[in-house]
Amino acid sequence: MAKKKQEAVFTPIGLNKNNNGKVDKSVELPPATKKKHKELGLSDDDVIEMFDQMFLQRRFEERAMQMYQKGKFGGFLHLYIGQEAISTGTVFALDDDDDIITAYRDHGWGLVRGITAKEGMAELFGKAAGCSKGKGGSMHFAKTENHFWGGYGIVGGHIPIAGGLAFANKYNGNGQISTCFFGDGAVDQGALHETLNMSQLWKLPCVYVVENNGYSMGTAANRHTVGEIHERAKGYGMKSALFNGMDAFTVYENMKAIADDVRENSIPYFVEIRTYRYRGHSMSDPQKYRTKEELEHYHKTDPIERIKNYLLDEKIAKQKDLDAIMDRIEEEVLEAVKFADETPFPEPEELYEDMFAGTPFIHDSK
Amino acid sequence: MAVLQFREALRDAIDEEMNRDENVFIMGEEVAEYNGAYKVTEGLLDKYGFKRVIDTPISELGFAGIGVGAAMKGLRPIVEFMTFNFAVLAADQIINHASKIRYMLGGQASVPIVFRGPNASAGQLGATHSVAYDSMYAHFPGLSVIYPSEPDDAKGLLKSAIRNNDTVIFMESEQMYGLKGEVSEEEDYIIPIGKAKVKREGDDVTIVATGKMYHIAKQAAQQLEKDGVEAEIIDPRTIKPFDLETVIKSIKKTHRCVIVDEAHPFGGLASEVGFLIQREAFDYLDAPVLRVCLPDVCAPFSKPLFDLWLPDAKRIIEAVNAVMYR
Repeated sequence: MAKKKQEAVFTPIGLNKNNNGKVDKSVELPPATKKKHKELGLSDDDVIEMFDQMFLQRRFEERAMQMYQKGKFGGFLHLYIGQEAISTGTVFALDDDDDIITAYRDHGWGLVRGITAKEGMAELFGKAAGCSKGKGGSMHFAKTENHFWGGYGIVGGHIPIAGGLAFANKYNGNGQISTCFFGDGAVDQGALHETLNMSQLWKLPCVYVVENNGYSMGTAANRHTVGEIHERAKGYGMKSALFNGMDAFTVYENMKAIADDVRENSIPYFVEIRTYRYRGHSMSDPQKYRTKEELEHYHKTDPIERIKNYLLDEKIAKQKDLDAIMDRIEEEVLEAVKFADETPFPEPEELYEDMFAGTPFIHDSK
Repeated sequence: MAVLQFREALRDAIDEEMNRDENVFIMGEEVAEYNGAYKVTEGLLDKYGFKRVIDTPISELGFAGIGVGAAMKGLRPIVEFMTFNFAVLAADQIINHASKIRYMLGGQASVPIVFRGPNASAGQLGATHSVAYDSMYAHFPGLSVIYPSEPDDAKGLLKSAIRNNDTVIFMESEQMYGLKGEVSEEEDYIIPIGKAKVKREGDDVTIVATGKMYHIAKQAAQQLEKDGVEAEIIDPRTIKPFDLETVIKSIKKTHRCVIVDEAHPFGGLASEVGFLIQREAFDYLDAPVLRVCLPDVCAPFSKPLFDLWLPDAKRIIEAVNAVMYR
């Protein structure tokens, strides 16, 4: 009898496969650091500040989501909710003049690097007072005076640019390092390979960080890439690290050690930080690729709840202190929404501005 | 005036700008220890050292992007592509990043970088080594595109390009590197970007041609002169910004125009400039504008087919005769 011909399968099958009700997590979180904040060199005030910054990112985005749903602005909106420990722990670990560049999930990064809630919300609304004058929108937050070089919309496109920032730092011998953040989807781009190869060859002081949130849009990591992401560093002879991104202390501890090594020895690093994106890829994502159980599992590891509980358990702050912070931030974000709503759109002539640093030329503009 | 090869004029421009500004550096495939695939960078490694003359792997996307990032932090990279046919691999960095970063960040960063190298065909190199990309880059807002034809233009314009505060695409030709020409010995010789040059005066017809095409236009004009036709040749030198004014002024005198373009017909320099001429000088034209360009076909290898494919003086003469109803 002829053998039954099996249909060819290319991409590994996701939720459609039968796993008998087991939660098939897209990322396994490594354990968080057991060290207390003082062992990490963080003061009580630092920890309160970390909570403050993470809560601001969270509330800013939750309000942004509401405003988007109310039709206050259009375009894309990629939320960072769930990943705030990475931006916050990193910024505490870096010097203020170290470079940060990221992809389009950039609101959190902008806020921790000095974009005010007003400037950020106004940018989302497309207003002239936005951090990028309403020219960039959600995907292109930037504050270059604070060495936040922006959010970029082409997956993997900003990775070589990060190498270039590091190149300039090495060229100038200024002691600054560069850090580049991207999602797990970007590890499949050729730009990453070219940049890692050149960075190791040229000893560029740059940290390339995969924020592995488990999904490349709607495709789970195990369906879009092979092996363990962080192990790719081995192919380049590059130092690497893997750690938990749901705990700001763990991020701080690791990023601090890495930043010191990079600064001292002018070398690149390839880092995988495991995290989880609570919301869809963008606002139009129905999230049919993951189970409710999986989402609930990760909600238990919420980085903001975690640091809040730490503050209370360690008696660094009382509930009323935290309430006061949360109320202040709530107010700040609401004010930002009001500001963004009321502040003017760019004037028509601004369409033609900001194209050129030198002599402008607009072809056939009459 | 000194007589220099095209490559020497380019090298002088790079050398002078590297000498003038510590932030200028050059990187690309074979630029340093090999002294340049086409010897443009010969001697620069010895003079400026490994920090500023940098060999790259064959990673056009990667090193173009490293250039963009370095430019954003205040350096002035010159990124050499062995040919613009390979720069297609770096198109994401040039088109999606270099040309757009300033605008999308609301003016918070700039990208003063020069991407340079040979453009278009260089003999029988087959389909993937023969494409002219000047019109394609000119399509994108924010990019200046320069494609000079003679050593003097090359020197003055490359110096301008390196000093320019935004991204410049600077195109050369493998077949012109050995071309000799007089180059100004003026100290710090600068030609402003966006200025065309009338390279031959004539009253009968205007021929617009740049880069390698300028030289065949010149041959055609010499032939036409024997027949009593005086062609005016305008070399735009810069594709973008395009100096339309100089072209229109000439057409108001000659009333006829042929545009020679090394690119394929759809959406090229010839179609854009042809459109602008009919709009701006309709009443001055005694004949429709004609173009001589590549057919809408890939570059063939076979010699007779290749010769049929590439514009030549004969086709320019035919086009001139057509617009003159001869």
